[in-house]
Amino acid sequence: MTATSAPVLVLDDVSRVHGSGETEVVALSHASLTVARGELVAVMGPSGSGKSSLLNLAGGLDRATSGRVAVEGVDVASLDPKGLAALRRRSIGFVFQDLNLIPSLTAAENIGLPLELDGWTVRRARSQALDALDRLRLRELADRYPDQMSGGQQQRVAIARALVGERSLVLADEPTGALDSHTGEGVLKLLRQRCDAGAAGLLVTHEARHAAWADRVVFLRDGVIVDETGAPDNADSLLVQAP
Amino acid sequence: MSVKQGLLALLAEEPMYGARLRSEFEARTGGTWPLNVGQVYTTIARLERDGLVEPVGGADDEGRIAYRLTPAGRDAIASWWLTPVDRDATPRDELVIKLALAVTSPGVDVQRVVQTQRTATLRHLRDLTRLKSRAGDEPDAHDLAWLLILENLLFAAEAEVRWLDHVESTLSRMPLSSLRRSATPREGTDAETADSEARSTPKGARA
Repeated sequence: MTATSAPVLVLDDVSRVHGSGETEVVALSHASLTVARGELVAVMGPSGSGKSSLLNLAGGLDRATSGRVAVEGVDVASLDPKGLAALRRRSIGFVFQDLNLIPSLTAAENIGLPLELDGWTVRRARSQALDALDRLRLRELADRYPDQMSGGQQQRVAIARALVGERSLVLADEPTGALDSHTGEGVLKLLRQRCDAGAAGLLVTHEARHAAWADRVVFLRDGVIVDETGAPDNADSLLVQAP
Repeated sequence: MSVKQGLLALLAEEPMYGARLRSEFEARTGGTWPLNVGQVYTTIARLERDGLVEPVGGADDEGRIAYRLTPAGRDAIASWWLTPVDRDATPRDELVIKLALAVTSPGVDVQRVVQTQRTATLRHLRDLTRLKSRAGDEPDAHDLAWLLILENLLFAAEAEVRWLDHVESTLSRMPLSSLRRSATPREGTDAETADSEARSTPKGARA
């Protein structure tokens, strides 16, 4: 991916410390990371390495102890709770391992919900939701309730919701958790396509084969970014290298 | 496996010239095993000597000779399909040897060796994934062969990363002092031992 535009997500020297003194736990230590439009970045690391802390900070669900977190150029620390909630509704979408959709709402209603919460009319929210479903070729799911969909379909709808309206940043935490490998791959492929189409994605996973869908993979250990793969060259170089 | 079985498998379909055998073999193994013409002709000569193939008539206008399987050749290829690949012979994998040496060599930062390799292998896994994602959703038989080879490489890279994760987690449970010990036990002072143990902070549960 050529990432020439301003980054959608910037973490600059971010630390998150819980407690103090004897009981102090450093969840994240001096982490710096940017995700540009069109880019999917994966974060890997063992349990307790700080993956979820990083994602929560990126999504404004938690505040950094030090350092700067900016989404679309807006410093998250500068926002009051109301402003932060608005930023989350308008710019950021989350996809979790499960329980992504509200059971009493259809797929289209689930997707339109953040827009309605943001003051859109039901009609406009529905039309945007249907657009989002169309873009992902999921239109036929519009009026189904979560329990009428397979796990894979639910995760696809969750991705549609994560990127509805003007939202440009999708934060995914083990989004393929309970799915079989083929369905999981379909979900990753969809996430990849949305990033290719201009979204910015941050994916937390412990599965190498899922992280492999990203442009870059960042490795965390004990709250510290210890390494990263760098962006890919053209994959054709692999073909040339083949013995 | 050798080139021998590959050529027998192709000749089981129809008689072929050497040049065609070479291009078919390469196309159908996704270009992962290139042959030169010399190899193909040497192999055919051996197969003919062993009574597994025979020429079909004489040379054509361009001097090419087509070969076909003999009944013994048919038996040979039929039994090859159903003989499992020998997994008893231990292949020497450089990475395995490197890490085995690293954990027993004093002064080697094993964790760093593991991480450096993991990053490189993930880079490879990512590039393979990009190639795979370009393959069509409805592959024909040749695409399918290529896809299977690609997936085999993907699984191998993934297995390597999992193994490296496992190595790392095993190392993190061990006190540093035990890692410093070389294969041939050395005399260490008590102070040295105490020092290295002090640095091996036990892993606490972390949110």
